[in-house]
Amino acid sequence: MLSSKVIIEPMRRDRDAICESPPARRALIAFSVVILVLFLFVPLAAVFTEALRKGFPAYLSAIVAPDALAAMILTLTVAAICVPVNVVFGIAAAWAIARFEFRCKRLLETLIDLPFSVPPVVAGLAFVLLFGANGYFGVWLDRHGIEVIFALPGILLATTFVTFPFVARELIPLMQQQGSDDEQAALTLGASPLRIFLTVTLPNIKWGLLYGVLLCNARAMGEFGAVAVVSGHVRGATNTLPLHIEALYQDYDLVGAFAVASLLALLALVTLIAKTALEWRFAGDLAAQRRH
Amino acid sequence: MRVSCFRAILGHLVAAIVFAVSLLGAAAAQAELSLLNVSYDPTREFYREFNALFAADWKSRMGETVTIRTSHGGSGSQARAVIDGLKAEVVTLALAPDIDAIAAKSGKIPADWQSRRPNNSSPYTSTIVFLVRKGNPKAIKDWGDLVQSGVAVVTPNPKTSGGARWNYLAAWGYAKSKFGEDDANIRDFMKALYGNAPVLDTGARGATLTFTQRGIGDVLIGWENEALLALSEFGGDKFDIVAPSLSILAEPPVAVVEGNAKTDGARKIAEAYLDLLYAPAGQKLAAKHHFRPRDRGAADPADLAHFAALDLLTVDKDFGGWPAAQAKHFSDGGTFDQIFAGRR
Amino acid sequence: MAAKLRFVRHSPLPGFRLSLGATLLWLCVLVLIPIGALVLRASEVGPVGIAEIALQPRVFAALRLSFSLSLAAAAFNVVLGGIVAWVLTRYEFPGRKFFDAAVDLPFALPTAVAGIALTAIYAPNGWIGGPLATLGVKVAFAPLGIFVALIFIGLPFVVRTVEPVLADLDFEMEEASATLSAHRFRTILLVIVPSLIHALLTGFVLAFARAVGEYGSVVFIAGNIPFVSEIAPLLVVVRLEEFDVPGATTVAVVMLALSFFMLLAVNSLRAWIGRRLGHAFV
Repeated sequence: MLSSKVIIEPMRRDRDAICESPPARRALIAFSVVILVLFLFVPLAAVFTEALRKGFPAYLSAIVAPDALAAMILTLTVAAICVPVNVVFGIAAAWAIARFEFRCKRLLETLIDLPFSVPPVVAGLAFVLLFGANGYFGVWLDRHGIEVIFALPGILLATTFVTFPFVARELIPLMQQQGSDDEQAALTLGASPLRIFLTVTLPNIKWGLLYGVLLCNARAMGEFGAVAVVSGHVRGATNTLPLHIEALYQDYDLVGAFAVASLLALLALVTLIAKTALEWRFAGDLAAQRRH
Repeated sequence: MRVSCFRAILGHLVAAIVFAVSLLGAAAAQAELSLLNVSYDPTREFYREFNALFAADWKSRMGETVTIRTSHGGSGSQARAVIDGLKAEVVTLALAPDIDAIAAKSGKIPADWQSRRPNNSSPYTSTIVFLVRKGNPKAIKDWGDLVQSGVAVVTPNPKTSGGARWNYLAAWGYAKSKFGEDDANIRDFMKALYGNAPVLDTGARGATLTFTQRGIGDVLIGWENEALLALSEFGGDKFDIVAPSLSILAEPPVAVVEGNAKTDGARKIAEAYLDLLYAPAGQKLAAKHHFRPRDRGAADPADLAHFAALDLLTVDKDFGGWPAAQAKHFSDGGTFDQIFAGRR
Repeated sequence: MAAKLRFVRHSPLPGFRLSLGATLLWLCVLVLIPIGALVLRASEVGPVGIAEIALQPRVFAALRLSFSLSLAAAAFNVVLGGIVAWVLTRYEFPGRKFFDAAVDLPFALPTAVAGIALTAIYAPNGWIGGPLATLGVKVAFAPLGIFVALIFIGLPFVVRTVEPVLADLDFEMEEASATLSAHRFRTILLVIVPSLIHALLTGFVLAFARAVGEYGSVVFIAGNIPFVSEIAPLLVVVRLEEFDVPGATTVAVVMLALSFFMLLAVNSLRAWIGRRLGHAFV
């Protein structure tokens, strides 16, 4: 798992034999900076430029348009439900995997990682096969008047699926690294399991947990492929922010599409800043954590 | 230990129940007044304005606030979505067979829906024209030019798009007028036409985007209202409209989905919504958005001036009515499948 | 006397059954049952039916395009990401920490936003697409555009996987190589890169897996023309819109199966390299 990292301090070496020559170094730095600017900053700049192309008032009116607001509320609702669900799951999975030795543990870890290798569109299709009108549960759902596909529950399920492993993958290595000494000590001192969890485990993993929540949230709010399949594309009702961007784009409303996109881009920037801040803090709590 | 285990289990149970309840609660019906209009692809701009018009009208007449929502996509896909459970109170699709399919497969629309409103339940009409690049570099004048080699034609997929089926029938009608009843020649013509199509988008709007924005193709076959909208959106200095010698009278119909508008209140709103389409205010708005209104008197003459005079075929006279046309051309294994199959 | 084989090693810590039970419950309900439904529906089509659909020219072309472009983009990212990771790890320059943090942008940015942004930039009237168009190079609405989008989303995978390994590398090996009078470039090639191969392969695998399934950032910038620029996930959506559920399911399952086998192959390669290099790689 690649996310949590330690802050890398570059090595200072002055001896030429094991250093690249200064011109080579400069060339490589220039090349990397160009690549990063080209691939990372230019798209970001494009979002804001296009959004403000018709001026600030147009930008503002696109953001407060009723359909855009409805999409925002839907996206926030989805994140507010999916992230806590995945946190509960992630903690349970991390506890089982990091604190105990049992057979088929590797299989379990692989299964937890499964949503990462499933294309989002395929994930959406799987839920349509289950809960769509012609799906395995379709008739039962219709008879009881329950809407899953083309409604919020379908979007929730699809989003929870694609963000499933994020928290678990953060916590498992972390808790494995930390070891169970603290919990065992608390146990010998007579603490109840709940108390152990709340007062020993949770404080130890809080930064990793926060990190996982950040990644999970960013993905939940930005998910497009899986939700596109299960949503009914009903404007103002089942369009999340990414879907709303697509709808505006197809309406020839480029400024509107980029205006809404800029909101998500701002969210991405906030996520990045919070993530970096956490990494600096995190690295302080965990010495020499390496992933290979 | 057991007590804490119990508490932990309780915690998990609570989380699971909360999740399930949020799923079910989200599925519960909304208490507010709302209407979902499932429409076809090119009507986005029209219904945005029309919905505001209706909401204001309803508020002033009844004092109630009603929220109108729309969904857009290829007409065939939208019909299937409604059949699959999309809870539309009103459908405004591109052609009658799609609404017939909803009636037949889900039973939520009465079988005689088309006779319940004037003009076969079509408050406005449109037709099929060509959109070409400015200056018409490939000198496209008529259908015959579309089958020349080296001409790239953009038209949507008849399996998903309603406009695509109007395109198909218009082309078939032209071929029939040229070759008579010679089926083989007509099929060769259609094969050449679809052989010149690099991509079949799922909806009319998708095809327009492919042509105008992605720069693919030399000519777009599509709705007259889409072509006129493209001219006003992208400026008249990018594209030209070419009216073919023969086209088809396209009648996009509307219907109330009675199976979804179950309460009296919902039914009243749905009926009023469709009634407004026929009223002078609705007709004027339709003309403004480049649809040919039934009530020409209600429309702005400046809007009417945009509509070219065309020789128009009709589905009833020239194709034996939609049920026959749908079965012959667009059912599984119909002429479209035969023409399209075996290509690449 | 044979030791009794237990499922779980005894531990004084509480909550095993609870946590494992909860994990399995969520896993089954949210992940296994949906995937199972997919496989079940595909099996209704039957292996012959699946092969028939998978070999349809359009389906085959979409799969080939998706997989070949993903492999190419992931390979490109290995080189690009390797260089970027090297520079970020080993050199000090103004703004280094800023660029280092920025590498994670593709993770945080929603795919749809990336899609329309890249399209705007590389379209024939865009910042970069415009100059390229005068040179006759079409990026947006062509396979090259898909390639660019896949590079964008895959770059952080490689950089983030290689950076920690690079930072951990032993000075002594490079010094030893230098004392044996190896040219700096030769040292890099023959001493450093082999130590990085495992991490590079890991990054490659992650970038590839992500690229194959990518939909949001690609579907705006691709031309979506069948046989030319139509990716497999888009074909799944098109089949669904045509309400051809067996067709959609087949393409989806073939995608899953192909990705699975490719990942298995590369992971085995990684494990073999790990064993050969003698590190305790996971």
